[in-house]
Amino acid sequence: MTLMSSQRRRIAAGALLAAATMVVTTACGGSDGGGKGDNGKTGASGFNAAVNKVANASDKKGGELKFIGSQEADSWDPQRGYYGFVWDFARYYTRQLVTFKAEPGAASTELVSDLATDTGKVSADGLTYTFTLKDGVTWEDGKPITSKDIKYGIERIWAQDVISGGPIYLQQVLDPKNEYKGPYKDTSADKLGLKAIETPDDKTIIFKLPVANGDFLQMLAMPAASPVRQDKDTKAKYQLKPFSSGPYKWQSYTPNKSIKLVRNDKWDAKTDTVRKALPDSISVTFTTNADDMDNRLVEGEYDLDINATGVGAAARQKVLQQHKGNVDNPQTGFIRYAVFPQTVIPNIECRKAIIYAADSKSLQTARGGPQGGGDIATNMLPPALKGADAKADPYGKLAGAPDLAKAKDALKKCGKPNGFKTTIAVRNNKKVEIATAESLQNSLKAVGIDAQIDLFDGAQTSGIIGSPKVVKDKGYGIIIMGWGADFPTGQGFLQPLVDGRFILKSGNNNFSELNDKAINGLFDQALKETDPTKAGELYKQINTKVSEAAVYLPFTHEKNIIWRSSRLTNVYTADAYNGRYDYASLGVVK
Amino acid sequence: MTAPLHETSAGESTATVVGAPDAPGTPDNSGTAKAIQGRSPWQIAWTRLKRDKLALAGAFVVVFLILVAIFAPVIVGLFGHPPNDFHEDQIDPLFGTPIGSWGGISSDFLLGVEPVNGRDVFSRIVYGARISLLVAFLAAVFAVFLGTVLGIVAGYFGGWIDAALSRVMDVMLAFPQLLFTIALVSVLPNELLGLDGSGVRIAALVLVIGFFGWPYVGRIVRGQTLSLRNREYVEAAQSLGAGRLYILRRELLPNLIAPIMVYATLMIPTNILTEAALSFLGAGVKPPTASWGQMLSTAITTYEADPVFMVIPGLAIFVTVLAFNLFGDGVRDALDPKGSR
Repeated sequence: MTLMSSQRRRIAAGALLAAATMVVTTACGGSDGGGKGDNGKTGASGFNAAVNKVANASDKKGGELKFIGSQEADSWDPQRGYYGFVWDFARYYTRQLVTFKAEPGAASTELVSDLATDTGKVSADGLTYTFTLKDGVTWEDGKPITSKDIKYGIERIWAQDVISGGPIYLQQVLDPKNEYKGPYKDTSADKLGLKAIETPDDKTIIFKLPVANGDFLQMLAMPAASPVRQDKDTKAKYQLKPFSSGPYKWQSYTPNKSIKLVRNDKWDAKTDTVRKALPDSISVTFTTNADDMDNRLVEGEYDLDINATGVGAAARQKVLQQHKGNVDNPQTGFIRYAVFPQTVIPNIECRKAIIYAADSKSLQTARGGPQGGGDIATNMLPPALKGADAKADPYGKLAGAPDLAKAKDALKKCGKPNGFKTTIAVRNNKKVEIATAESLQNSLKAVGIDAQIDLFDGAQTSGIIGSPKVVKDKGYGIIIMGWGADFPTGQGFLQPLVDGRFILKSGNNNFSELNDKAINGLFDQALKETDPTKAGELYKQINTKVSEAAVYLPFTHEKNIIWRSSRLTNVYTADAYNGRYDYASLGVVK
Repeated sequence: MTAPLHETSAGESTATVVGAPDAPGTPDNSGTAKAIQGRSPWQIAWTRLKRDKLALAGAFVVVFLILVAIFAPVIVGLFGHPPNDFHEDQIDPLFGTPIGSWGGISSDFLLGVEPVNGRDVFSRIVYGARISLLVAFLAAVFAVFLGTVLGIVAGYFGGWIDAALSRVMDVMLAFPQLLFTIALVSVLPNELLGLDGSGVRIAALVLVIGFFGWPYVGRIVRGQTLSLRNREYVEAAQSLGAGRLYILRRELLPNLIAPIMVYATLMIPTNILTEAALSFLGAGVKPPTASWGQMLSTAITTYEADPVFMVIPGLAIFVTVLAFNLFGDGVRDALDPKGSR
């Protein structure tokens, strides 16, 4: 996500902000309003009509799809973009070997073939993946897309000195020792020196992994694995006009102002089972005023918010009361939580006291309530991930009220029956997080825990709370944060947060500094597991152990209130894109 | 900060005060004299001030606000709820806005409740007055003290001392105060010299606002001193063998009181606005301590759904600043009738 946080950095295997987490459709929904909420005032098909199902299904082509956004992309270069909405939008002009299925809700997280004829042949040891390309897949100038173009595109990830910013999972998995220097420093004649990828002919591509990783296909589905043609690679300037392999090509782009995409007539729908390509053109307008953006959406000037970070608090009430039929309320796959650095609060009973004393209902209200904020979370796995157990509630948070008796009991065991002093660290640029901190402070007061609120510069997150030394020096016993995964598995979500080997001196995300041999070992096992269900069992065990360590107090499974224009057709939310609509499927009436 | 206050008119005010070469007769010591005796400049000023209805109204509001700030706990005890207590039963959990209309105003919550957590707006406004006035007064006192001492020294001694101090003032006036304060506050530790949490912040606000305010006072005092130091009564004192310190304290300072007072009164509303701006930008007191600027900043997210919550702290700031300005203008007019309006 990243949208609002100004820092996104690749950290070992975990990306800070991200893209593809799934959301449970039925189990944890609370969002199945059907047409109930439709007040009939508009032509839209009702509250939550596009959550986990298709609203206004249509195959009608034509018209202009008009996006508006308050946040420009970090980069439109497929190898550099890391914002979730960029990954969704990138499918208009890029194709990958495999991609997410064009289905609503959780079904969207299934991977299907795109440029490849199938989802790959995996060797028994899980180390070799072989793909064959479809016939008739072409670039916007009509030349065929070859396996070498795909290899070259992936190689660009290594050129972090020239084109930084994108996810580097493929680099870590294919070249963990970082031996390849990237295509721009490649001394071989064809610039295809990366040994882990072989292209015996133009139709075949073979990946050879040094160590198996059950989530390798997930990484190939990211835009970072898109083909780039060598003669069209303008390096750092590629983001200004990517060369299209998808159904639309770039006509014009003025950064921070506007984008216009038009049909790529060389794209052949017969080769593409995922992209509908309904509108004739697609425009994006950027504005700096998010409240104004909400108003213009409501007035019908634009069709949807490209960022999809949700209607702002200012317009939320108006939108929900007067235009409920144009609103969808999907889960984003993010968890909002407080985390307790063990260096500052080493005693587990003291941490338990905080968890028991917290008022989860009040925290949910501070986050924006059940619709604007999300459902109360009780453990650290988003409900749709394999291995998640929404019922696992070891600290009784679903009750919605603090458990003062248990909190006081824990304080006694901690040796501080009258409470203690600590500091809550919260980003100063997030009003909602400050409100959460105040709520937490207020409920902790009831058991004598005196928590001071320290607002730190939200732009300096990686250097302040991301530095275990600063956290210790400042005495941050409680840090308010949020997290979403880059890809919808336990590895993508949990590993950067709780694997002890991911503790970094700066840009750290394992704020609790949890370093448990059993947990680390379970991750190693889960990573090798190619069967998602079996891997899920392991992630479930990890999640239980994380709960037992009492280092996290989850607040909510985040939900967004997003605007759906009455003009939109074939619209549905995709868990693969954090509850955003599947942009590649959208159409407009006229 | 800034708002340079009519340096010229303050300069002219010498005319009125010159008549009292010695210590300014306070109403008290002239009261002992007979009726035939001429009125002292202070009496004249007081008479003028009494005729100025607007200034009196301003003074009344100022006194009222000071009393409110001093007796905040009593007032809140009688009419409100503790300022940091949550009342989430007053909040619609779906939208985070008050359930009642007009921002939840009721007989129980006189000015409504804060969105999301339901804190009593009345109590927070009352307690916010404490922060606003405390910071504004202390900062003004600090600025006036520094400005007077340094200004009088620069003006009286002249030469390199004057040159050096004047350059320092120029530098200070050119300094980006707001940015500096925001940066400073973000690196302040949580506890310092026995103060913690909001105490550190309040001390920092006072020192920073005061420190950046002194050059305005300093310049005026320096200018006044320059024009006063060659007056006959000063030369007379010198020729009688008076020491420099004596002349500074007994001959010059009393004649500077009027412009200093005018400046101090007009500085307070500027300080209130600076404090509100800093709080608005997140560099003010720490949550949950109530402050008007912070309330305004919180209100932004819900202004469409709950405008009342934005209007109330805005009104508080407006009324306070207006009252101080009316009062300050009245004081200036009273002490300096020649000043142009």
